[in-house]
Amino acid sequence: MDITLWHNVFFFLMAGVACGTALAVVLAGNVVRMAFYLITSLAAVAGLFFLAGAQFLGAMQLMVYVGGTLVLLAFGVMLTARGPLSSMRTGGGQWVLAALLGGSLLAVLLQTVVQVGGPGGEAASTLAAAEETQSPTTAQLGLGLLGVRSQPPGQALARPAPPPAPGYLLVFEIISVHLLVVLVGAAYLARAKWRRPERLVIHHPPLAASQQLTTDN
Amino acid sequence: MTAYFINLLAGYPAWHWLVYLTIGLVQAALFLALAMLSVAVFNWLERKVAARVQDRLGPTRVGGRFGWLQSPADGLKLLCKEDLIPAGADHMLFRLAPYISFCAAFTPYLALPLAPGWVVQPLDTAVFFILAVAGLEIFGVILGGYASNSKWSLYGAMREAAQVVGYEIPLGLCVVTVVLAAGTLDLEQIAEAQRGWFWHWNLVNPFLFVTFWIYMTCATAGSNRAPFDLPEAESEIVAGFMTEYSGFRWSIFFMAEYTAMLLLSLVAAILFAGGWNGPVPVASLLGLTDKNGPLAEWCGHALGACNLIFKGYLGVTFMMWLRWTLPRLRVDQVMATCLKYCVPLACAMLAGTMAWTFLLRGGF
Repeated sequence: MDITLWHNVFFFLMAGVACGTALAVVLAGNVVRMAFYLITSLAAVAGLFFLAGAQFLGAMQLMVYVGGTLVLLAFGVMLTARGPLSSMRTGGGQWVLAALLGGSLLAVLLQTVVQVGGPGGEAASTLAAAEETQSPTTAQLGLGLLGVRSQPPGQALARPAPPPAPGYLLVFEIISVHLLVVLVGAAYLARAKWRRPERLVIHHPPLAASQQLTTDN
Repeated sequence: MTAYFINLLAGYPAWHWLVYLTIGLVQAALFLALAMLSVAVFNWLERKVAARVQDRLGPTRVGGRFGWLQSPADGLKLLCKEDLIPAGADHMLFRLAPYISFCAAFTPYLALPLAPGWVVQPLDTAVFFILAVAGLEIFGVILGGYASNSKWSLYGAMREAAQVVGYEIPLGLCVVTVVLAAGTLDLEQIAEAQRGWFWHWNLVNPFLFVTFWIYMTCATAGSNRAPFDLPEAESEIVAGFMTEYSGFRWSIFFMAEYTAMLLLSLVAAILFAGGWNGPVPVASLLGLTDKNGPLAEWCGHALGACNLIFKGYLGVTFMMWLRWTLPRLRVDQVMATCLKYCVPLACAMLAGTMAWTFLLRGGF
């Protein structure tokens, strides 16, 4: 009865919330409720990351996935608030396809779980030991992005030192510039068309253009 | 502290879970008390500041002098009000929304250090965690606005979504600037790097000085306070996302707003204004450090925590002053402020701080 007990309690709590709300996403009919369940599920997964000591990953999960779903929710509300899509029904074919995909993913994951074993398993204890030795990983992650790799303590002697890796900086930059181009393109397509002013000029603020910009955020 | 109590109960391992539970509850209660007392103080202060700005007296009679019982009286009034839920509302989401907002505003206090070591959960990415969780506050607002089944509420929620998501970018850039100068995401280390007299504060750096004002602008917009209170613009859309809320449910939104304001001000104090290190290092001048025993160190930390909370209150008072001084911006002006002024300025300050740090550390 020490801290491991609380670890288990919170693990099962978060895992239960994540699984329950994930099921609710599938079963709910209303778009906004679906988004709400999805956000709850993703936040519970972030909680699991925090529990495992991966604070950076947990905060990233909240920032990227939950924030992204939030924007999705905003669009969902804007486009379907009172329209015909506000309650969605899924066809039989989609159910079968989704069940097939989800089932195969579950099978792969279950296989991994069986390999690692329960809390007392050999692989699990090795993983736990590795987790203890390198708990503050944020700096390592940042350096890894730049190409500076630090050897995990356990494997320092087992392998010869790898050649200096280029890191992920270039890839990261290409992806972010690509996203920027996509955003600019979307703003260009969605902007209000500029018309040659008629004789009577009415000065008004360019409301439509600025509003379009905000939705692209 | 946890280790001390665990040692005390070394002979009774069956009771260890109780120690963890009690310590967790006490820490949560302490921070909840800080947030709730602050909300009560701010409610009174808002009235007083508004009155002073408009050349009035504000509350004077409730509780004798200065109207100091105004906040409890307001709370009692809100408790007695009828709890209404509109007919076409989504009941579950309508009930949940205020709690989501409040939880998102309160949870970041978990990673907020009040003094060296005085933090519930020390995180080496504390700033990032706080920004990530505090950003979820709009989630409650959007849900509340949608679930109300009212056009005004929906308009308010959509405005809030556009505004907060937009202003998160310059806010993040401001925080990144400080993180770059300090070289760490750990709030405790950022504050400790500014230890000593006020010329050690980050505010003294010219680039970070400008960054501070951008941060305060974005924090005001992020907690949808005037002049950025478009989501609840009462002259246009009744009360925005809060139109259909009454009584205590409304007051939970209110608490969330003030809790978030205090949080953003406390983070500003830690990032820019030395955190618990005062303009004058009183604690070390009085000898309240670990050299004179644990009690002196504890007193020094308590003094530092009071110092930090005072700075947070100053920040909130500044936001109130702004609210009652400036008129509300139009939607396009809000977006222009964000995209045309705050983002480029924050980027320029980021570049400037890079150069400053680079030159200060010896250049080439």
